[in-house]
Amino acid sequence: MIEALSLVPKAEAKQSMKDFKSDQEVRWCPGCGDYAILAAVQSFMPELGLARENVVFVSGIGCSSRFPYYMNTYGMHSIHGRAPAIATGLASSRRDLSVWVVTGDGDALSIGGNHLIHALRRNVNLKILLFNNRIYGLTKGQYSPTSEVGKITKSTPMGSLDAPFNPVSLAIGAEASFVARTVDSDRKHLQSVLRAAAEHSGTALVEIYQNCNIFNDGAFEVLKDRESALDAVIRLEHGEPIRFGAPAEDGLGSKGVVRDPATGDLKVIDVTVEGAAGVLVHDAHAASPTTAFALSRLADADTLHHTPIGVLRDVSRPVYDTEMAEQLEKAVVQQGKGDLASLLAGRDTWTVVG
Amino acid sequence: MTSQVSSSSSATAEPPAQEPSHPPVIGDVLGEQRKPVKETRRLDRVIIRFAGDSGDGMQLTGDRFTSETASFGNDLSTLPNFPAEIRAPAGTLPGVSSFQLHFADHDILTPGDAPDVLVAMNPAALKANIADLPRGAEIIVNTDEFTKRAMAKVGYAASPLDDGSLEAYAVHPVPLTTLTVEALKDSGLARKDAERAKNMFALGLLSWMYHRPTEGTESFLRKKFAKKPDIAEANVTAFRAGWNFGETTEDFAVNYEVQPASSAFPAGTYRNISGNLALAYGLVAAGQRSELPLFLGSYPITPASDILHELSRHKNFGVRTFQAEDEIAAIGAALGAAFGGSLALTTTSGPGVALKSETIGLAVSLELPLLIIDIQRGGPSTGLPTKTEQSDLLQAMYGRNGEAPVPVVAPCTPADCFDAALEAARIALTYRTPVMLLSDGYLANGSEPWRIPDVEDLPDLRVRFATAPNHTAADGSEEFWPYLRDPETLARPWAVPGTPGLEHRIGGIEKQDGTGNISYDPANHDFMTRTRQAKIDGVQVPDVVVDDPGGAARTLVIGWGSTYGPITAAVRRIRREGGSIAQAHLRHLNPFPANLGEVLRAYDKVVVPEMNLGQLAHLLRAKYLVDAHSYTQVTGLPFKSEQLAKALVEESAND
Ligand code: SF4
Repeated sequence: MIEALSLVPKAEAKQSMKDFKSDQEVRWCPGCGDYAILAAVQSFMPELGLARENVVFVSGIGCSSRFPYYMNTYGMHSIHGRAPAIATGLASSRRDLSVWVVTGDGDALSIGGNHLIHALRRNVNLKILLFNNRIYGLTKGQYSPTSEVGKITKSTPMGSLDAPFNPVSLAIGAEASFVARTVDSDRKHLQSVLRAAAEHSGTALVEIYQNCNIFNDGAFEVLKDRESALDAVIRLEHGEPIRFGAPAEDGLGSKGVVRDPATGDLKVIDVTVEGAAGVLVHDAHAASPTTAFALSRLADADTLHHTPIGVLRDVSRPVYDTEMAEQLEKAVVQQGKGDLASLLAGRDTWTVVG
Repeated sequence: MTSQVSSSSSATAEPPAQEPSHPPVIGDVLGEQRKPVKETRRLDRVIIRFAGDSGDGMQLTGDRFTSETASFGNDLSTLPNFPAEIRAPAGTLPGVSSFQLHFADHDILTPGDAPDVLVAMNPAALKANIADLPRGAEIIVNTDEFTKRAMAKVGYAASPLDDGSLEAYAVHPVPLTTLTVEALKDSGLARKDAERAKNMFALGLLSWMYHRPTEGTESFLRKKFAKKPDIAEANVTAFRAGWNFGETTEDFAVNYEVQPASSAFPAGTYRNISGNLALAYGLVAAGQRSELPLFLGSYPITPASDILHELSRHKNFGVRTFQAEDEIAAIGAALGAAFGGSLALTTTSGPGVALKSETIGLAVSLELPLLIIDIQRGGPSTGLPTKTEQSDLLQAMYGRNGEAPVPVVAPCTPADCFDAALEAARIALTYRTPVMLLSDGYLANGSEPWRIPDVEDLPDLRVRFATAPNHTAADGSEEFWPYLRDPETLARPWAVPGTPGLEHRIGGIEKQDGTGNISYDPANHDFMTRTRQAKIDGVQVPDVVVDDPGGAARTLVIGWGSTYGPITAAVRRIRREGGSIAQAHLRHLNPFPANLGEVLRAYDKVVVPEMNLGQLAHLLRAKYLVDAHSYTQVTGLPFKSEQLAKALVEESAND
């Protein structure tokens, strides 16, 4: 049994993808990466075997935030940026629910940035799926807080000026206990990350690179094209040496991530037979977030070269809603179950006789 | 102030006080063994104001005197008044903190217009408050603080204690600091620590003057300083020394008695309660009576934080309190909890409401129960955080995008905050709507006696969650339509996650009537907008009651919220002097009571006193086309009833 979901009732019968499809017509642009993510989530949910009525999807505003309408679960399409706050109230008052937040780069990192970081530091039992397409889709193509510098859009005809966020770095900095990154088109990888997120107790942030074929087509092509992906994508597996690139003689990637003894930082090297032993072994459970953060910084914000995908960090720490429930129980033990009449009476009273 | 010295005076028969050769033993004085040797006069009511520096502990002193007074059985009403700064510069006018208490042997409504007694702990406190004192008032000043420097700081060129400027008052110069230090000379405390107990010396003196019981304060001090027994003892000693000082010194020849107000109160058990405490209790009670878990999402803000603090102490009632990262997250979390089936609320003040408005709009659209508690303060913007105002009425009514009607209720006295909370919860739960409760700083911090209700007499707020499909599709299958309404209340079903078969999605986009699916259909939007309005317009609220004893009044004074006390006091004053005036007070601001139009039209003149620039008057004029006259004040302080009475009489006379 997955501990993170131990309080969520299980489905009585075996479920299929169909059970999680709502009757609503999906209305994203044809070819949008959101379709692939939706299908991946719908086909993954039966694996958890949770009672459908105990699953809730909460979203904010943006293309991705239409997601809940298409899931045959409980759902709320809320307002811009606020989904993590709303989901926090729901998850911390209903521990029998599996609560998922669907958000985008604008929703989570611009208008809702504050709620995102606080949800992460609080470690409420929430799974946050951040669809990052590096653009504003719903408002028709302005640059977003993850767009590369110099992005030419309708609101930045001469190029955007502000440096982008790296959502994974941000999440690690915000004390996230679980941070992962995946790509819309790689269903197998996406589902493996969802699985890890679902099994995690506390807040999980999953950044999903999502193609907006209308306003930012091909933004992640370098990670998807077989050829270029070899050098661009660093697949992380807990306990495995961090190797990527065309296979070397030992069958693993010809490139590897090592710690630079001079600076303590991480760097990419061509792996030699002698050097293979020095390649960093990925430890998603490391107590210190330092290496996970350094890994997140390997990616080049412009070219996306050396983008790590997979679970960067997965550590266990106290979960907000669990502790909140424990305080309630403890209060009953210490003070006794609340008695309204004695609360209202208080200690200093006087009586007026009629 | 006319009625300070009234009733009979009952001097003791004993000869004039003999200077005791040694300070009296406390037991002698506090016990009943020895009769006080001073004259005791009976008063029907007294207004005391304690004023000092922010660091002088005036609020605590006032609270203690209030507790003693409450347990003695007087009716009372309090007005704390303190600076927004936690530690404003010492000895300055902006740093003055005061606590006014009005207590009586009969039923009273306000903390009083003008103090009969001022305790001034320093020159700043004297200067800041002297203008409020009527001639003949008593002033107890801490002479130790009247140094050249301290006086210069507040612009006294010469000492007001010597220059004759206080001739109109009965001044008692008391070296409070010196006496306190002297009383504590054996306590082993450093002089600085000893000096800090001077507020308890003052409290002891006042307790003697007004025959207040003392056990409560002594046990309070011992509990408060349980971890520092020497400080506890020092405070108790200072308190007793203050009492003894009153008893022995010649300067205080008279003490006073104010009989319990037993006849003013219906039979029952009473306690003293502040508005914020009553509100917090009302919310706990609403959770209990609805059998729903209470969830508070809140962000600290003056003057609402006390409710967050209070509710956080009652986890044993299943109350969840969530201190959010900001005002928006606070209401967001509450809304999420409401979706999950909690009785959810958020507490804030005006600036917080502004931040929450988008989420309130979402709650209007989602049609979920949610309480938004606004403890109003002076605005706009940061305004006057610690001062009272009623200027968020229009914000509560209209401060959202789109047509987003929200019921609005307002308590009228500190104790009434309890009932108002239950009423707000009733409306929210019955009609599945966010409800705005407008209290204010004056109600929040002010206190009065409260008859403790029987739990069984509180309203039954239990709700029914949806448990089964409510619609049959064309193909005969059973479906759940989240926006299929109760024909009577127009409320939609509340189907909480975890209920099998009722999975549904809701959101802020316009919904199709019934199914709740996204709909951009023009006719549907028109219908849904009107339906949401009709639901709020149809909220059942009791008729407004008019108090018009002779039935001959031509002027109606109508108010809402915390002006109830001052308006009622003003009305009584007018009637006492032979005038006739009708009074009505609104608990429900949206929707208005059904009979309100009729009531307003029955009078030649309608006057609306408000602590804003005429917001209710504006609503009344717009809705009922009546020529409502505004009488307004935005000083951050409640109306004074004498002044208000005068204004009402003038308004009635004008044609
Ligand atoms: S605008 Fe872009 S992100 Fe939005 S639905 Fe269309 S393709 Fe997808």
